[in-house]
Amino acid sequence: MQRDHTQKKRREPLVYITKRSELSLKQSLTIRACVILAGILLCALVTILLTGVNPLRVFASMIEGSFGTPRKIWNLLQSTAILLGISLAVTPAFKMRFWNTGAEGQVLVGMLASVACMFYIGDALPSWLLIIVMLFASILASAVWAGIPGIFKAMWNTNETLFTLMMNYVAMQLVSFFIMLWVPSGSMVLGIVNPQSKNGWFPSLFGQQYLLNILIVAVMTILVYVYLKKSKQGYEISVVGESENTARYIGINVKQVIIRTVLISGALCGVMGWILVAGADHSITSNSVGGNGFTAIMISWMSKFNPIVMIFSSILVCFLQKGAGQIASDLRLNSSVGEVLTGIMILIIISSEFFVNYRIHLRKKQKGGQEA
Amino acid sequence: MSKTAIELRGITKRFGSVVANHNVNLKVYKGEILSLLGENGSGKTTLMNMISGIYHPDEGEIFIDGKLAHIHSPHDAFNYKIGMIHQHFKLVDLFSAAENIVLGLEEKGKFNVRHVSERVAEISAKYGFDIDPNKKIYEMSVSEKQTVEIIKVLYRGADILILDEPTAVLTPQETKKLFDVLRRMRDDGKAIIIITHKLHEVLELSDKVVVLRHGEYVGTVNTAEANEHILTEMMVGKKVELNITRKAPVNPQDRLVVEHINCRNREGIKVLDDVSFVARSGEILGIAGIAGSGQRELLEAIAGLQKLEEGSILYYNPKTGEEENLRNKTPLQIRELGVRLSFVPEDRLGMGLVGNMGMVDNMMLRSYRKGNSIFLERSEPEKLAKQIIEELEVVTPDAETPVRRLSGGNVQKVLLGREIASSPTLLMAAYPVRGLDINSSYLIYDLLNEQKEKGVAVIFVGEDLDVLLDLCDRILVIGNGRITGVVDARTATKNEIGYLMTKTVYKEDANDAT
Repeated sequence: MQRDHTQKKRREPLVYITKRSELSLKQSLTIRACVILAGILLCALVTILLTGVNPLRVFASMIEGSFGTPRKIWNLLQSTAILLGISLAVTPAFKMRFWNTGAEGQVLVGMLASVACMFYIGDALPSWLLIIVMLFASILASAVWAGIPGIFKAMWNTNETLFTLMMNYVAMQLVSFFIMLWVPSGSMVLGIVNPQSKNGWFPSLFGQQYLLNILIVAVMTILVYVYLKKSKQGYEISVVGESENTARYIGINVKQVIIRTVLISGALCGVMGWILVAGADHSITSNSVGGNGFTAIMISWMSKFNPIVMIFSSILVCFLQKGAGQIASDLRLNSSVGEVLTGIMILIIISSEFFVNYRIHLRKKQKGGQEA
Repeated sequence: MSKTAIELRGITKRFGSVVANHNVNLKVYKGEILSLLGENGSGKTTLMNMISGIYHPDEGEIFIDGKLAHIHSPHDAFNYKIGMIHQHFKLVDLFSAAENIVLGLEEKGKFNVRHVSERVAEISAKYGFDIDPNKKIYEMSVSEKQTVEIIKVLYRGADILILDEPTAVLTPQETKKLFDVLRRMRDDGKAIIIITHKLHEVLELSDKVVVLRHGEYVGTVNTAEANEHILTEMMVGKKVELNITRKAPVNPQDRLVVEHINCRNREGIKVLDDVSFVARSGEILGIAGIAGSGQRELLEAIAGLQKLEEGSILYYNPKTGEEENLRNKTPLQIRELGVRLSFVPEDRLGMGLVGNMGMVDNMMLRSYRKGNSIFLERSEPEKLAKQIIEELEVVTPDAETPVRRLSGGNVQKVLLGREIASSPTLLMAAYPVRGLDINSSYLIYDLLNEQKEKGVAVIFVGEDLDVLLDLCDRILVIGNGRITGVVDARTATKNEIGYLMTKTVYKEDANDAT
């Protein structure tokens, strides 16, 4: 390419981007609403192009999938609670810029500890006591699982993203190993534990199987919110996350804060593992967490680490997931269509952040148009 | 006489209202080494960045080989055979020397390691470099990395080489080696510009010297006709009166006694070398020196952020009359000893404050531990934030706006305001007026004077010699991690300090690097 050296000014690009100054809440909500609307339209367009089905039918079907029957609503709430809980669990670590990608494994070892309690001492203790023992076992197991990468990070500055990610696979293999140990038939499927005695199962509140789970997660939401926003430890987490240098300057023991926060993050994953076993599955497979540990990362980010916003993000994502399943069965479409639509919506929501933070300008054509 | 390689005529560059370079003229012949001399912030690097295409001058012209040149990008500079070796190396750690050398070259055909190695060996032999092309960057010493950077520009066929403070990171032996190489390149007909502020190196190496001061072109002298005193005078200029009111210290008492402290950085180079001094109450102790001479490490060592190899830092508590050794204590331990130490670090937003937090949260940094509650107490910091906004006239939408959005002067007011609020007995401030306008600067001087009158021992690290001479009571001059002198600010001259700053003291242990 030949460069014209006599040209004094450099050409400006046609489109350029500037950072916005503070927006009012109203403005930012308007932008978000517009972006979501655009997302829905895009989804409709994609649906027509891919399947030729009326997009309104597809949307109706999605709503049916989440809110069609009381049972579906309870299922939605239960999924939301689990996803929200795990999102809350990863958030303290994220706020500290400790990229914990190991929630999947941390919840799984928590579940394993609970199931192990049911399996080994399930008959020896009354159910309420067993449930409490399970809670502590799960918290301990998950905290250890998170604490190992945490200690390595604090002491030798290892990469926590890879470390926690790898721990997920170790956790899965560990579960497979114990299932093999516990199931003599070799079928590799651990059925429901204590189906008759229901020892170690959460009681149904007001006849609702999932109500207790939802209440526990609701309390957890408040606790995590208060911890991060109002407590001294939460403040230390923010300072360490924003600037380790400032933390050192002010006399915060950075290593100690890292380890403490990661242990808390792990412990909360343990609570979620306990809920999954005692309040939902009463069993375990190596895939019991079902990717929620990863989706939680997205929820936490989308919500800017704010526990209250996470409630809505979790509902939305669960709604989309349930809807996608419903489309597949209702309209006899390939299940991938639902997933494509879910993907588009999530992408659009995340990209709305871009429009909230930046402004796109089109440059007017300059006179005497310069050729490249 | 040889031909002109590069000539600058009337170069001016402004950044907003700041004039970084004003009407600078400079001429380098082929086969010549030119030193660009000036204090910190005198515009040396800006000028060189314009030659290497990083900036574009607002006014003036650049001629290369006698022809008008337009340099819009580093790529253009490379087409004009200009090569710049930056102070901070730009190398890929995991790549070998050879890979780094060819990185970014738009050569046709496949990358041939053997071919590159041969060329590198050729260049090395010609100029006397000592380098293994297959060695990875992360295994290299600082001096070897610099060699790679130099070979990188020679490989690209550079005829005009610009080196930005090349000796700042080198040991005396490595410096000598580098100078030999540079002389060989000069003899080969290359034009070389080195940016430096070490006078003895200027005199030893270069053919002529261009001096800049506050962005202004002061003049050009032939090295043969120059000596250290002439150059110092050109560099620091005449004394400017600033009218800062300065009172005599009242009943000064030893507050901090630093004795024989030593400190090495991560590369193992000594950054503090046998430093001893005393800071007294009711007195402002200035610290003068070229940037990076150990000022930061010194303050951080006192604040408990830097590990020391030897020596002691004794603090005399005026309340209890007790003596505490602060060496290798953590900042928290220092506080718990009852030492009321306030520190305004150089990096305001990266160390002194949290940029993304508002004023209230930043006030809390010092005080949040108070009390036994596990929850934060926000009313006191809120009060303090309001008080600082009022008393220091901080311009901010409110106390919750992230402080990084405030202007430099306001950020400094927030930081200094917080540090003074804890009524210190020892206050350290590193470059507290850097980047501030005149009014904010005077406000900061007043605040420091107020603290001095209250009997605080103030340590002021500064770069502007006029300010140091008018504000401080005594000035400690630091050069290459060593104290090169302590002067009385009321009687000392600018030249005296300028000379002490650029004086390099090599003691008997100068050989310990080999």
